[in-house]
Amino acid sequence: MAEPILSVRDLKTYFVGDEGTVRAVDGTSFDLFPGETLGIVGESGCGKSVTARSILRIVERPGRIVSGEILLRKSDGSVVDLVKLPSDGAQMRAIRGGEIGLVFQEPMSSLSAFHTIGNQLVEAIRLHAPLSKRAARARAIELLAMVGIPRPAQRVDAYSFELSGGLRQRVMIALALAAEPRILIADEPTTALDVTTQAQILELIRRLQQERGLAVILITHDMGVIAEMTDHVVVMYLGHEVETGPVDAIFHAPAHPYTRSLLRSIPSVLAAPRSRLATIAGSIPHPFARPSGCPFHPRCPDYMRGPCDQTFPEEVAIGESHAAACHLYTGAHAAAPA
Amino acid sequence: MSAAATVLDVRGLRKYFPIRSGLFRRNTITVRAVDDVSFSIARGETLSLVGESGCGKTTTSRCILRAIAPTGGEIIFHAASGEDIDVARLDRKSLRPLRRQMQMIFQDPFSSLNPRMTIAEIIGEPLLVNGMSDSAARNARVAELLELVHLPSAYLNRFPHAFSGGQRQRIGIARALALNPALIVADEPVSALDVSVQAQIVNLLLELQDRLGLSYLFVAHDLSVVKHVSHRVAVMYAGRIVETAPTEALFTTPRHPYTEALLSAVPVPDPRRRAQRIVLEGDVADPFSPPTGCHFHPRCRYATEQCRVETPALTEIAPGHAVRCLRARELSLSGVAAPG
Repeated sequence: MAEPILSVRDLKTYFVGDEGTVRAVDGTSFDLFPGETLGIVGESGCGKSVTARSILRIVERPGRIVSGEILLRKSDGSVVDLVKLPSDGAQMRAIRGGEIGLVFQEPMSSLSAFHTIGNQLVEAIRLHAPLSKRAARARAIELLAMVGIPRPAQRVDAYSFELSGGLRQRVMIALALAAEPRILIADEPTTALDVTTQAQILELIRRLQQERGLAVILITHDMGVIAEMTDHVVVMYLGHEVETGPVDAIFHAPAHPYTRSLLRSIPSVLAAPRSRLATIAGSIPHPFARPSGCPFHPRCPDYMRGPCDQTFPEEVAIGESHAAACHLYTGAHAAAPA
Repeated sequence: MSAAATVLDVRGLRKYFPIRSGLFRRNTITVRAVDDVSFSIARGETLSLVGESGCGKTTTSRCILRAIAPTGGEIIFHAASGEDIDVARLDRKSLRPLRRQMQMIFQDPFSSLNPRMTIAEIIGEPLLVNGMSDSAARNARVAELLELVHLPSAYLNRFPHAFSGGQRQRIGIARALALNPALIVADEPVSALDVSVQAQIVNLLLELQDRLGLSYLFVAHDLSVVKHVSHRVAVMYAGRIVETAPTEALFTTPRHPYTEALLSAVPVPDPRRRAQRIVLEGDVADPFSPPTGCHFHPRCRYATEQCRVETPALTEIAPGHAVRCLRARELSLSGVAAPG
């Protein structure tokens, strides 16, 4: 297999406040390979967005990366640890947008309402490439055409509020790709969109990935989007990576009780009408009241007194690049029910 | 359907919003947010209104609750007393007794509960407002309501901030049930919740319906959730109902091209079923200037010249299955595959 383009190793990002410390990301590791789509999935507070922000070094105060490595293999083959770079230094600014593009959930608030979309694109293009304004504008029109915006030569002078949600998200993608990054991080890129618009945007991301060999990190709460789009999946719960594996294994041979419960509880258009859903007991704990041991143990159907509420389970290999952090597999408790 | 079995009949409902623009705001355009919408809901039945943003589903539900006054049409509520009330024509004073029988569950459990009131006060308020002044009786009823939504009565004196999104939604449901309504209008009641909590609330709504014989008008954009709660579904596009059918029929044998595309766009949580999606071109029709003829024709892959000029009527093509499409009888559309 090729070398990973991005390796995250035991990343910990904490928010230290007066009321306590929120361990938003607490030991996440994964590799992203060229041309691959990696999905990070989980419910609110699982740390999926903070993981993305950590990679780009845009974690807001009082959040801070406390340990771990984020190894980026640059286009010249050298490897740089993003954690060691100053977050507002020239090197990090060149990587942000240059090597790694970012698409947010809310295209309305991520685009400026005071500048035309053309000017925003020109700025992004000229930040990373020595082009004249005229050449950058031509490139901006090209980018708008590439993301499927009708009449790009006219739309380049439009303001973001003149566009529909779907078109705005296309502009966001054009902006993220302006400097031809090799990695695209998309944080809930379709959550604010209608379902037919979502289908358009997912199709666009898939096409651009194939055309440009992009590596994509897709962050979402939607298991349907994960199934549709990704090659490899990281499932997170309360800051922890609970399971990681190829998309087929995650959906057809899930190992962690959280992944299994989550999959059973998703409503489906294929279900019988008015059928009850399987549920997960309780609700997601408050970040200040994180359970001891395995964070999922109070809601877990396979809870074992002793290991689960006392020690944090290490990640155990289950199969080919498939691993789960659960005491069902840690070996020391082989007598446990399956 | 006999009147006794029906709780609500909506006929030809219209809601137009005048938008003024130009110098001295002299130009007026009319936005037809809801344009000739008709449906009925039986006792104990869930009808879902589905569609994308701007389709008019929320405006329809707000007209029914008379949060806004409709421009035209009838909204006949068949009260338990046997009386038929046209909600569309009631004045403010006569609306009050009616509102006991029609209640609402909101989307956002964080902004719909007053942070300064305890749970007992929030759930008890509709009782107090409607004349239950005896506090012991009121507290007993509140305790009963909490039990109904599976919250421990120990929570009575806590404030909303102490609760998770799912628990707040249960509190909102308890408040809606306080006055024994016949009809509950639920506008996106689970879309703000996490998946694991969403399932609990969907099940609770199903359970309460069975126990109390409630009728629901369920307004939602998520077709998967709709599949789990509805007896019947009405699909809206640009202010009009384009298809209405029993749930299973709508999902497996849709007859309107928009329904087909909508179903096809839903991502299925199974990587082995990555199907070829029907990806619609363009955006949802602009309510300011809807297309001529069939509103859906510019995005429809089956559209003919006739679709551009002729407005189709909602026509029944099978028992309980009506479609607003000129080509409904000749098209063979695909739905979602049967479970298996």
